[in-house]
Amino acid sequence: MAELLSLREAVERFVHDGDTVALEGFTHLIPTAASHELIRQGKKDLTLVRMTPDLVYDLLIGAGCAKRLVFSWGGNPGVGSLHRLRDAVEKDWPHALEIEEHSHADLANSYVAGASGLPFAVLRAYAGSDLPKVNPLIKTVTCPFTGEVLAAVPSVRPDVTVIHAQKADRKGNVLLWGILGVQKEAALAAKRCIVTVEEIVDDLNAPMNACVLPTWALTAVCLVPGGAHPSYAHGYYERDNRFYQAWDPIARDRDTFTAWINEYIRGTEDFAAFQQKIASKHTAEAK
Amino acid sequence: MSDYSTNEMMTVAAARRLKNGSVCFVGIGLPSKAANLARLTSSPDVVLIYESGPIGAKPTVLPLSIGDGELAETADTVVPTGEIFRYWLQGGRIDVGFLGAAQVDKFGNINTTVIGDYHKPKVRLPGAGGAPEIAGSAKSVLIILKQSHRTFVDKLAFITSVGFGEGGDHRQRLGLPGKGPVGIITDLCIMEPEAGSNEFIVTSLHPGVTREQVVEATGWQIRFADTVGVTEAPQAHELDALRALEARTAAAHGQAGGEE
Repeated sequence: MAELLSLREAVERFVHDGDTVALEGFTHLIPTAASHELIRQGKKDLTLVRMTPDLVYDLLIGAGCAKRLVFSWGGNPGVGSLHRLRDAVEKDWPHALEIEEHSHADLANSYVAGASGLPFAVLRAYAGSDLPKVNPLIKTVTCPFTGEVLAAVPSVRPDVTVIHAQKADRKGNVLLWGILGVQKEAALAAKRCIVTVEEIVDDLNAPMNACVLPTWALTAVCLVPGGAHPSYAHGYYERDNRFYQAWDPIARDRDTFTAWINEYIRGTEDFAAFQQKIASKHTAEAK
Repeated sequence: MSDYSTNEMMTVAAARRLKNGSVCFVGIGLPSKAANLARLTSSPDVVLIYESGPIGAKPTVLPLSIGDGELAETADTVVPTGEIFRYWLQGGRIDVGFLGAAQVDKFGNINTTVIGDYHKPKVRLPGAGGAPEIAGSAKSVLIILKQSHRTFVDKLAFITSVGFGEGGDHRQRLGLPGKGPVGIITDLCIMEPEAGSNEFIVTSLHPGVTREQVVEATGWQIRFADTVGVTEAPQAHELDALRALEARTAAAHGQAGGEE
C-alpha cells in the first residue's frame, strides 16, 4: 500500500545519495516538484535516468546532484539546448558528469524489460549507428530461431522512480491519462515509486482500461498541485511554453543559474512556496 | 506567384512528397510543419504519428514539443511511448519517417549527437531521440533541413541515424528493413539517391537557384543528375495554408513552431 505523504517526507525516506533515480514523463506530467525537492535536500551522486532530461535534469545537473546521466534526447523542446547539461558534458561544471546515451526506442524498451523482470531488451535499428561505439552497454544478441543479429540493451531498474499523475484516491490508487510516455513502465521497473498528483479524490471513476497504478504497486503518493509545471497536466493546466523560453537565459550562465536555484528552490520551503514566490515575481514585473 | 521565402519553398516541397493516406512518423520542427501542411493541402488523409504516443494526430497549430496536449486531443488514439516504438515503428507499419537533422552526409546518414570528438565535444547536440529507429525501420525516410557547408558535410563527426551507411548496398548488408532515405529537401533543392551508389545527387533545383549556389552550400563534391528539374514554385493555396498555420501557431504559443 502506498503511504500518503508530503513530498518532503517521501524524498527524505525513499531517495538516498547514490541511488539510481528515474523522473519520467514524456513532455507531459514531468515531475518538476520532485526535482526541486531533491535539490532542497541536497541529494548527491545520483544516477539520473530519463528519456528526455528536460528542465528537471538541467536543474539537478547544474545543482550538482548528478554523478551519471542515462538519456536519449537532451534538448530544451522548441527552444534549443539544455545549457547546464551541455556545460557539464563540455566543461565538467559543476563537476564531471558520466553520460550513458541511448535512443528513445532503446530506453523505452529497457523500461519495458525492467518492468517485465527481464535482464535485457532486444531491438533492431542500432545497425550502422555510432551509438554502440560510444556506449559499451549496447551489445548484440543472435536470435536462436532466425539467426538475426539484434541489439541487446540492459533493462532499466531504478532504485526510485518518480512520476506525476492527475489523480489519486485516498487509498493511493493513481489514475493518469493523455500522453503516457513510459510512466507506467518506469513505475513498475523501480524498487520504489513515488507519485505526485494534482488532486486526491474519493473515487477515481476510472474508465475501464484506463491507466491506473494500484496503490499496492506504489510506495508513496504526494499531493502537489501544479507539480508538473512548466510541463502540463492534461485536464488541469497547459504547457507553459514561455517558461521553457525563459529558462534559456537563466540556465545559460553559471552565476545566473546558481542565483536562481538559491533564491527560488533552496530559498523556499516547498513547491507551494516556490509557486508563490515565482507568482509574486511575475506580478511585480507586470506592474 | 513569386513572393515567397526559400524556407516556404522547402516546406512546400517537402509537404508534396507525402502521399495521401500514407502513414508518417513525424519528427518535431520542420518535419512536423511540412507533414501538417501536407495534411492541410494535398494529403488530407495522411496519418501523423508522433513518438510521444498520438496516432492520427490532427493539430490545428504546430506543436512546440513532441508531446503537446493538442496532439493527444486530436489523435485517433494515444498509446504508450514504448508501444509506438515496438508495435507501430519496429512492427513495420510506418510508410514514411520524416526527419530533421543537425548534419547530413552524402549517403543520407544523420548526426544529431556531437560536433567534434564524442568524449570531448565542441558542441553537444541533443542526441538521438527516436531517429535511429525511425531511420532504420520506416519503409522510407524523408529528410528536411536548410542547406549550408555546416549542415551538408563530407564526413560526419558522429553517425546517429543511418541512411545508406558507406553507400552502395551497405544498408542492406546491415540488415535494416526499410528502404532508407529517398529524398533530402532543402531550401535550395531536392536531392535523391543515385541508383547503385546511393549517393545523394541533386534532382531538382528550386526556382531561381543556381548550381553554383548548391555547390557553394555543400561540404562534399555534390553532383547533379543527368536531368535536373526545376521544383514547381509554391502555389497560392499552399502558401495560404502554410502562412495561416504559422499564424495560428504564433497566436497560440506566442512563438513560431520549433525549427529545431
